Amino acid sequence: MTLLGLLEREPSHGYDLKRHYDTFFSRGKPLPFGQVYSTLGRLVRDGKIVVGEVEPGEGPERKRYVITERGATEVESWLTEPVEAEPNLQTVLFTKVVLALMLGRPAEEYLDLQRAAHLRRMKELTELRRGGDLVDALLADHGLFHLEADLHWIDTTVARLDALRKAVRK
Amino acid sequence: MKAIEAREVVLSFGETPALRGASISVAPGEIVAVMGPSGSGKSTLLHCLAGILVPDSGEVHFDGRRIDTLSENQRSLLRRDEFGFVFQFGQLVPELTAEENVALPLLLGGVKRAAALREARPWFERLGLAGLERRRSGELSGGQAQRVALARGLVARPGALFADEPTGALDTLTGEQVMDLLVASAREQGTTVVLVTHEARVAAYADRQVIVRDGKVNALVHS
Repeated sequence: MTLLGLLEREPSHGYDLKRHYDTFFSRGKPLPFGQVYSTLGRLVRDGKIVVGEVEPGEGPERKRYVITERGATEVESWLTEPVEAEPNLQTVLFTKVVLALMLGRPAEEYLDLQRAAHLRRMKELTELRRGGDLVDALLADHGLFHLEADLHWIDTTVARLDALRKAVRK
Repeated sequence: MKAIEAREVVLSFGETPALRGASISVAPGEIVAVMGPSGSGKSTLLHCLAGILVPDSGEVHFDGRRIDTLSENQRSLLRRDEFGFVFQFGQLVPELTAEENVALPLLLGGVKRAAALREARPWFERLGLAGLERRRSGELSGGQAQRVALARGLVARPGALFADEPTGALDTLTGEQVMDLLVASAREQGTTVVLVTHEARVAAYADRQVIVRDGKVNALVHS
């Protein structure tokens, strides 16, 4: 969907698409060329893009891809559709806490370790935000707010551990 | 750059224990965030480290010198000459202009008015406050007032800056702006910082985080 969206911005060659994708979305994991061209092939097959002017020469680089009405409609509906909320992001952490309490293990110590790991990651993201451009800041903020929400949950859980311990040991 | 240390500090308010053997060591030039739930004793610890409160027992050292045994007057001088402070609500003097507020620690330290204002003025440019020098605190937004408070905390080039919930009254973006400036300015001056906060996003600016729980300091142990 990202490549299709980039094609709505302007008709592009595969190489330019990859470059734009890597600039804004890849976060250090460049998109392999193979994946770019297999995706473009699928989009052509599905009628969401077409091959526009073909420049003289050899190789895939001479093709310029253009989004179709159908493709643009798909981008529009994807953008307007809310992302599904994920209510159980921390199921592993939740399970660890409940199991630790059931087994009489030191859940608070485990939560402290998790807190430290979260804060370490938040520090990295804060450095990314401070040293990067606005797009980096936007991405870092997304991570920071989610980690912060987890930490609120950890704090609240620590404050309730005694009551939780009784509840799960019934 | 100067180190700060508390060793087994105990302090009670009447019958209520606030600190029960709190120990912390902050390296010269380090920025340490002190986190913890409300009522955990984190602000009390900051007040002990800054020589505002005197512990019932235990020791507090600054730059290799024991400060909890100093007289009230000596601690007052130490705070004036060596420490800077930023609190949650700027706490600017409303009768003074912004530049007079920034110059205040220098004026209290005996620097002549013209020289103190000369020192204060570059901070307005540095903290994005140019043009606001003559405003009074009532004419500043929360973020602007807090940046003025930050300038006041650092203008005398203190060995240590104590910041107690410095972004607590600000929205997220304004708070981040204040923290960006706090960290950059402290690093530039080599100021050691103790930052009390309950916000993880703010604590993430620090070199290291510790948690105060039940009046004791727990280092965060990374797995």
